[in-house]
Amino acid sequence: MHEFGVAEGLLKAVLHAAETHGATRVVTVRLRIGHLAGIVPESLTFAFEALAQDTLAHGATLHIQSIPVTCHCPHCRLDFPCSPGFYQCPTCNQSSSDLRTGRELDIIDMEIT
Amino acid sequence: MCATCGCSQPTGPHHHHHGHHHDHDHGPHHLHPDPSGSRVVNLAQSLLAQNDRFAEQNRGILKAHHILAANLMSSPGSGKTALLERTLADLMPELRIAVIVGDLATENDAARLRKTGAPAHQIMTGTACHLDAHAVQHAFDHLDLPSLHILFIENVGNLVCPASFDLGERLKVVVMSVTEGEDKPLKYPSMFQRADIVLINKIDLAHAAGYHEPTALANLKSAAPQAQIIPCSAKTGQGMDQWYNALRTHLPPRNP
Repeated sequence: MHEFGVAEGLLKAVLHAAETHGATRVVTVRLRIGHLAGIVPESLTFAFEALAQDTLAHGATLHIQSIPVTCHCPHCRLDFPCSPGFYQCPTCNQSSSDLRTGRELDIIDMEIT
Repeated sequence: MCATCGCSQPTGPHHHHHGHHHDHDHGPHHLHPDPSGSRVVNLAQSLLAQNDRFAEQNRGILKAHHILAANLMSSPGSGKTALLERTLADLMPELRIAVIVGDLATENDAARLRKTGAPAHQIMTGTACHLDAHAVQHAFDHLDLPSLHILFIENVGNLVCPASFDLGERLKVVVMSVTEGEDKPLKYPSMFQRADIVLINKIDLAHAAGYHEPTALANLKSAAPQAQIIPCSAKTGQGMDQWYNALRTHLPPRNP
């Protein structure tokens, strides 16, 4: 729901770095978004494309790497994959609150010319 | 105007102690030349970095004043304001409490809460669907922080966006009510996964709403295994003592 605000922050960071490095154009931006980050990649892309018009990032492609949820089981000392809302260790069946991945909302890098 | 971030709000006495950015232009970015003429610039930063910086400042300010801050989040209509009205009335003889309230529009909730005698500051977010740490820091300017034991932050009614924004609070309190369906925790996992306390409000309506408690508790155990679960009713007072005791447990120690 707040993808527009996040896209604004993304564009600001991208344009800041683009100017710093004397870019003429931003070609791609790579992002990492966890399944529990509360961000819909399609909405973020839509908002970014709309906001980027008339900037150095106009036409830039967002490459979004989707990060699944994993938890750590303190009893079995294992990381295990899980779905949002279900954090049960497959070995001992205890639920874990020790989330290891899934909340990412990061800019990795970008390609400029 | 706020000099650090350029926002249109005035700068207060304890605003932006360290609000400047520490990532200088030459900092985290590194160039990798490419034969095609394009270059890759490493950014390696969180999209919420700016909010997280303000949240960290807020945490420091709250800690310095020994204040327990609780961020109350729920869908609209679950009874956050009624819960706070009752909580303020019951705890104010014992503790000094203030409230920051977020809504898209109107001062209604702050006005309701002020009737308890507690200071309440309303943040009108306009179109924004959540409170962020920056807005909360500005709201601090309207409160007498050194006098407070507890600061409640009543977030915008929304179970999605507020989950992503750290405000610098000590407790994330998620309120769900028996009229909303037992599967709320599974439908909004991002919110519930971070809850320290889940209040199941309107428990007095459980029978009328056809609320099935074992299902709700099983869903909460799955989606919020870390959370303390407290069924309660702001209307009848049922379960409220357990909520107050939970708050007392988290009060930071104060020097006499």
